[in-house]
Amino acid sequence: MSEMKKFLYLNRKAPYGTIYALESLEVVLIGAAFEQEVSLAFLDDGVFQLMNNQDASGTGMKGFSKTYRALGDYEVRKLYVETESLALRGLAVDDLMPITWEDEDEDYAEKPSIIPVSKAELAELIAGHDVVLSF
Amino acid sequence: MSTLHTVNKSPYERNALKSCLDHVSSGDTVLLIEDGVLAARKGGAFVSALRDAGCLVCALGPDLSARGVAADVAEGIHVIDYGGFVDLAAAAKRVCAWL
Amino acid sequence: MSGYQLNGAVIAHDEEGYLTDIGQWTKDLASVIAKAENIDMNESHWEVVNFLRDYYEEYQIAPAVRILVKEMTKKYGKEKGDQKALYELFPYGPAKQACKIAGLPKPTGCV
Repeated sequence: MSEMKKFLYLNRKAPYGTIYALESLEVVLIGAAFEQEVSLAFLDDGVFQLMNNQDASGTGMKGFSKTYRALGDYEVRKLYVETESLALRGLAVDDLMPITWEDEDEDYAEKPSIIPVSKAELAELIAGHDVVLSF
Repeated sequence: MSTLHTVNKSPYERNALKSCLDHVSSGDTVLLIEDGVLAARKGGAFVSALRDAGCLVCALGPDLSARGVAADVAEGIHVIDYGGFVDLAAAAKRVCAWL
Repeated sequence: MSGYQLNGAVIAHDEEGYLTDIGQWTKDLASVIAKAENIDMNESHWEVVNFLRDYYEEYQIAPAVRILVKEMTKKYGKEKGDQKALYELFPYGPAKQACKIAGLPKPTGCV
């Protein structure tokens, strides 16, 4: 079998205003079925995708924020969030949804999926992946 | 291994270029395409940021021409054609689009 | 518009038989949909349908088959979380067909 490629999805847009966030999530869920190591990065307005307490019911659009919490089931366990992007928007990691994955090797212990990273660290992450997909 | 970063939005309207320049690594190439080429016009507010990026900066000739800025490209920015775009993409380990 | 007949009412579905309004789902309606799919609902069928509805409630998506198998194994054990057993219950695909009966949209990634 060929070596597993590392995919990084870059998310830079807020949800609901455009279709990018939802499209990204759908591509991730479909792509996770293939032999790929998938990680997500949230920067710029993309950090708003992970806001806690989202309620789209009044907009007539389908809310999809809960779906990020299913990513662990799909073996997507690394959601990098850029701290400078959060800070610029007056946000902290505590303002985001708690998202976890279950470690089968440790009796399904729940481990956090959200990993805060700096701008410089995110630049290194981009350079360290085989494929970068932007949304 | 290097990354080819493409930017297709005007820096005067979106932060795609700024965000791109914040995340380049040494040895990378930045290619301005579509409205992204507007950053390449001399005298513009983003020329110095492009110069300070520390990597090769290119702009797509046909997109510059279409917007009437082909004759006024700032010094240090390399104008390439579609074939050059293909060469850059083929030479890079990965392509990262800033939308 | 085509629909399922239930107690004199017509419940609309799309061209593939998925409910147009997932809020209209009831257990009785599930039995009607199942009948249209030539499935005679037993306890094992209900376990899958209920699991899918719970999953959708929690995550707003229907899981892919692979995830369904994995999660059913975790919840009900290896015997239930078995791809072959699931296909025997829902010959046209556990995700696709069971989701239809559960009143959910077609799973993401299904064609």
